[in-house]
Amino acid sequence: MAFEPKEPQKELKYDELRIYSDDELNNYTEEELKNFKIKHDIPMVEDLESGPWPSFVADAKREALHRRKLGQDRLMIEQDVVEDMLGQLEVSFQDGETHWKHGGIVGVFGYGGGVIGRYSDLQEQFPSIAHFHTLRVNQPASKFYSTDYLKTICDLWEFRGSGMMNMHGSTGDIIFLGTFTEQLEPIFFELGHVLQQDLGGSGSNLRTPSCCIGKARCEFACVDTQELCYELTHYYQDELHRPQFPYKFKFKFDGCPNGCVASIARSDMSFIGTWRDNIRIDQEAVQAYIGGEIAPNGGAHAGKDWGKFDIQKEVIDLCPTRCMWMEDGKLKIDDKECTRCMHCINVMPRALRPGTDTGVSILLGAKAPILEGAQMALLTIPFMKAEPPFDNIKEKVIEPIWDWWMEEGKNRERLGELIQRQGVQKLLEVLNIPPMPQMVKEPRANPYIFWKEEDVPGGWDRDIKDYRARHKR
Amino acid sequence: MALSQERLGRYNPDKPMENRLTDLGPRHYWQYFPPVIQNNYGKWLYHEILEPGVLVHVSETGDKVFTVRCGGCRFMTVENVREICEIADKYCDGYVRFTTRNNIEFMVDTQDKLDALVKDLRSRKHVSGSYKFPIGGTGAGVTNIVHTQGYIHCHTPATDASSMVKSIMDELFDYFQGMTLPAQVRVSMACCLNMCGAVHCSDIALLGYHRKPPIIDSEVLESVCEIPLVIAACPTAAISPAKTEEGKKTVKIKKERCMFCGNCYTMCMALPLSDKEGDCVTLLAGGKLSNRISPPKFSKVVIPALPNNFPRFPETCEAIKKIIEAYAADARKYERIGDWAERIGWEKFFEKCGIPFTEHLIDDYRLAYDTYRTSTQFKFTEAAWAVSKAAGGIE
Repeated sequence: MAFEPKEPQKELKYDELRIYSDDELNNYTEEELKNFKIKHDIPMVEDLESGPWPSFVADAKREALHRRKLGQDRLMIEQDVVEDMLGQLEVSFQDGETHWKHGGIVGVFGYGGGVIGRYSDLQEQFPSIAHFHTLRVNQPASKFYSTDYLKTICDLWEFRGSGMMNMHGSTGDIIFLGTFTEQLEPIFFELGHVLQQDLGGSGSNLRTPSCCIGKARCEFACVDTQELCYELTHYYQDELHRPQFPYKFKFKFDGCPNGCVASIARSDMSFIGTWRDNIRIDQEAVQAYIGGEIAPNGGAHAGKDWGKFDIQKEVIDLCPTRCMWMEDGKLKIDDKECTRCMHCINVMPRALRPGTDTGVSILLGAKAPILEGAQMALLTIPFMKAEPPFDNIKEKVIEPIWDWWMEEGKNRERLGELIQRQGVQKLLEVLNIPPMPQMVKEPRANPYIFWKEEDVPGGWDRDIKDYRARHKR
Repeated sequence: MALSQERLGRYNPDKPMENRLTDLGPRHYWQYFPPVIQNNYGKWLYHEILEPGVLVHVSETGDKVFTVRCGGCRFMTVENVREICEIADKYCDGYVRFTTRNNIEFMVDTQDKLDALVKDLRSRKHVSGSYKFPIGGTGAGVTNIVHTQGYIHCHTPATDASSMVKSIMDELFDYFQGMTLPAQVRVSMACCLNMCGAVHCSDIALLGYHRKPPIIDSEVLESVCEIPLVIAACPTAAISPAKTEEGKKTVKIKKERCMFCGNCYTMCMALPLSDKEGDCVTLLAGGKLSNRISPPKFSKVVIPALPNNFPRFPETCEAIKKIIEAYAADARKYERIGDWAERIGWEKFFEKCGIPFTEHLIDDYRLAYDTYRTSTQFKFTEAAWAVSKAAGGIE
């Protein structure tokens, strides 16, 4: 498999890049942590330290202690930022209201996205979170990391920021959570020059694209989601960083219809890997499932006794199109009836595999409720080959859609809302594709068809005199 | 080039464009793959779940990769990430990955390394007792809850996120560490209708909700907001222009038309709508986004408002547990919560889960009609007898 980054990748060695020494990194003991009290009284927040699930409060406290012992000389923003964040959280619990101010226009020079401005409305009480700006850092595809990279960003973010992060934000970025305005440009410079690493998107931009684990570790991946995600992210850097859209725009890439990154529900343009030939069958493995030698569904149901595996009940009868049957001890599939729902493949991954003639289905317009209500993506292009550099996708799909949306979209109107407002018919025109029954669950029930003049023989203009010649007033 | 330790690092505020690097994009993924992933890219044959949270993927080359999936908080400090790195350095040749649902995945290529890794992970606890890296989140169980920022960073939340997720995952911990359910249950949380977490297609969705119309800060509205944009932002046309007694431009709100989406507040900071008593948690159920067996579907509102009872949200935790337990007891193998509800009928869902059906659960927004039942195919439940009684149809 080719390794073709857009630019040569600088090798990162933590030991050459680091800020803190080993002694500084291990500057507190378990005992000190046990006895550590933060400067605010936070009984409700501390209640969240008990219970088996990892406690973000316990985690925050160790960073608070670590910062205190590092001392202000070794930190560019206040050492007690974590303590103030926890203190404000306690006040928010008491008040039942957030204490972050609305808005705050900050950013790095030349970018309209990537930084979210945030200020506390309790600045006197919690001065070290008076500014609490976030940076979105564009994650590598599928969120694999080397520890050299992660440890370096930890040092950078502890030194110039709060030491608090999200791994990861909902869209996929690494989130640096909380720093002062002064440090935004220095952080951006360090990211670029030392880590060869860019920010992600925010605002009315292309948002940071994200993909599933794909071919890296999944037998179902029908397309190279990482390559597709990487290429489009790099190709559309301008759209990612400089607002030019009516509102946000999201690409997400799923390698198969199982949809592990939820592209169908939360991206304006959803790419889902699929195949157009036949499901590959290993009949011996089918028999091994029937015989009970292999656990169904990769062992996903091992926690409960569901009885002996029954291929008829668990696979054939659950097939949504009933396109499978057993014949002479062999599993048969009528592939032209298959809708590629993945159930049979998920249940018997060792016996069944997606076909080999693969590509993507492209679906458009998914979004969360604001503003016109939640929308799921519309199946628009049933199958498209997806090979690097993906010029067919860029030229035939992405760019015509963006041209249309930028021309016609209203302020804060997502693509899905524009499709609703102007109609799928308009979308077909924009993409220069014919309609197909696959675009709908069923044809329309109301007959109020917006006929166009050119659809009707003779056009719309008629002469009233001609009409009156046949009909008296 | 080491990280700078100067106050402004490499940035010179007098010459901001000097040596500026932009549009580098993300680093290339390939360098972050462990060798076993690089060598088997696109060659995976099948996988098995060896025990909850432990997977093996087998390649056509004969190679195996063992993955240990650990629940993680979305909020992590650098101290936590450093500990993750320490583990990855010790067992995984310095590689680690995170999942879309904020789990941490450690990968090794032999059974021996796997055993040592699992043992180590199980032994790590915070000083207050919680696991640092609980193993689970695979197969027919509950995986990590994806969520939004809540009170930790957001300016519009109607509830908190990290605390609610911690409380619920404490309650659902056995389902995270087990695979006893009919299918996977994906729980998601968003702290307001903006739904940065896009929870609208989850088996169980938690949604922070404001229930009081915005307060109008007329003193500053004119100077901090674009009034036409504010008016245009309202999806129900509840906002119109107005003037204060002093003659300042402001807006007025037809309160009965407000459905509390908060879009106006997003456009205008002079229209805050958070409120201690009014803000609540809305519970939705039955959504999914996999195409498996049935098409993806939206989550449906099943409890309109649960109290924002910080920090542990006991009512919300209890409601979720009730739904999951009823589902676990009644659904068929491979059946998601939404598929189960559709098979037995939503009227039975409410009965089996012991959830009261209230008028707030009947859609009254756009396209509401699509959700009406226009058939005599229904099942009798207590709720049906209550209507018959109220209408005088039966004693």
